Amino acid sequence: MADKKNSLFGELTKGVIKENPTLVMLLGMCPTLAVTTQAMNGIGMGLATTFVLLGSNIVISALRKVIPDKVRIPAFIVIIASFVTLIGFLLEGFVPSLYDSLGIYLTLITVNCIIFGRAEMFASKNNVIASACDAIGMGIGFTLALFLMGSIREILGAGQWMGMNIPAVHNNPMLLFIMPAGGFFTLGCIIAAVNKLKNKKPPLEIECGGCEGCPMADKCSSKEADK
Amino acid sequence: MKVLAVILLSAMLTDNFVLSKFMGICPFLGVSKKLDSAAGMGIAVTFVMLCATCVTYPIHHLILVPNGLEYFDTVVFILVIALFVQLVETAMKKTIPSLYKALGVYLPLITTNCAVLGVTVLNIDNGYTFVQSIVNSLGGGLGFMLSLVIFSGVRRKLEYADIPDTFKGVPATLIAASIVSVSFMGFSGLFS
Repeated sequence: MADKKNSLFGELTKGVIKENPTLVMLLGMCPTLAVTTQAMNGIGMGLATTFVLLGSNIVISALRKVIPDKVRIPAFIVIIASFVTLIGFLLEGFVPSLYDSLGIYLTLITVNCIIFGRAEMFASKNNVIASACDAIGMGIGFTLALFLMGSIREILGAGQWMGMNIPAVHNNPMLLFIMPAGGFFTLGCIIAAVNKLKNKKPPLEIECGGCEGCPMADKCSSKEADK
Repeated sequence: MKVLAVILLSAMLTDNFVLSKFMGICPFLGVSKKLDSAAGMGIAVTFVMLCATCVTYPIHHLILVPNGLEYFDTVVFILVIALFVQLVETAMKKTIPSLYKALGVYLPLITTNCAVLGVTVLNIDNGYTFVQSIVNSLGGGLGFMLSLVIFSGVRRKLEYADIPDTFKGVPATLIAASIVSVSFMGFSGLFS
């Protein structure tokens, strides 16, 4: 029982950092770049995608034994597109401002590779609860990545953050960052930072305080670099 | 005629699908390593965009709108695109096997290319007529091909560049894309 709980928790958390859909697995690039001119839009898009992901993962995993293998792709597409239509209605009714600013990209959640990828790789092979956990984890990871992108672009490009003015950059914002080119640039830098963190060197080499008094001095490989 | 020319050129250059609307980024990053595959993908996407527009536009205006079913747009359009990609694949295999071989695995991937669904939905949203929709799809497809072909040239140079380890691969590609996108910003305001 404890083991099962552990694995469910694992499904839930793996999407946030270790298998972050956007920054590590590089899925769903289009919405990541397109809607992140503001942090708020990033969150909205992330939550809308999470909703669709959760719904489609649950339905697909519940129907995984009913859907014949040959027609699974059209079947998945119809299920996903239905949930996208549903979230479109909900947003239009309750959060019309977000609906307007997401625009066509809301419809394009249908062809977001994250949702299709999770349906194909996870939901069609696992039970409903595991699939739901997977969807929530992936959704949170996606939302966080979008929020990070949106925050960086909004602060640098508009001098604002969630409606607040940022003192140092508010008067001279770098407009480039809210333009398409800035989106590519920001994402490139964030992925580079993630790569850097992933390939973290062992702490021995990072926390080197110089060779004097170091017990490893005669075995250390970085000794010559210091000279 | 002038309106059509403006639609064509703005879909191709100022509102380029990849570099200013961020649609179809996955094939843009995935298929732009070699010139041949970039051009092949561009042709295939242009073709599917044109065919999908020819089918989805009448469906929307003749079937869905008279019955008050506009909200089925997304479901119907994506199914039409999926069917079309399958149809094109089968037809091409029988009639032009050489082109089918050249496109290979990229053909089925067009279904999940957001540029294709995007262009069909945009045609409806912008209230274009049938001819304008087709011209817009053609421009979008050609613009997609143009950016893929240009970027394949940039990437070839990028392979020989000396870049820091952490930036190798995707980050460097994205930053190169950002610079290409800056150059396309030069077209903005061309038709205002």
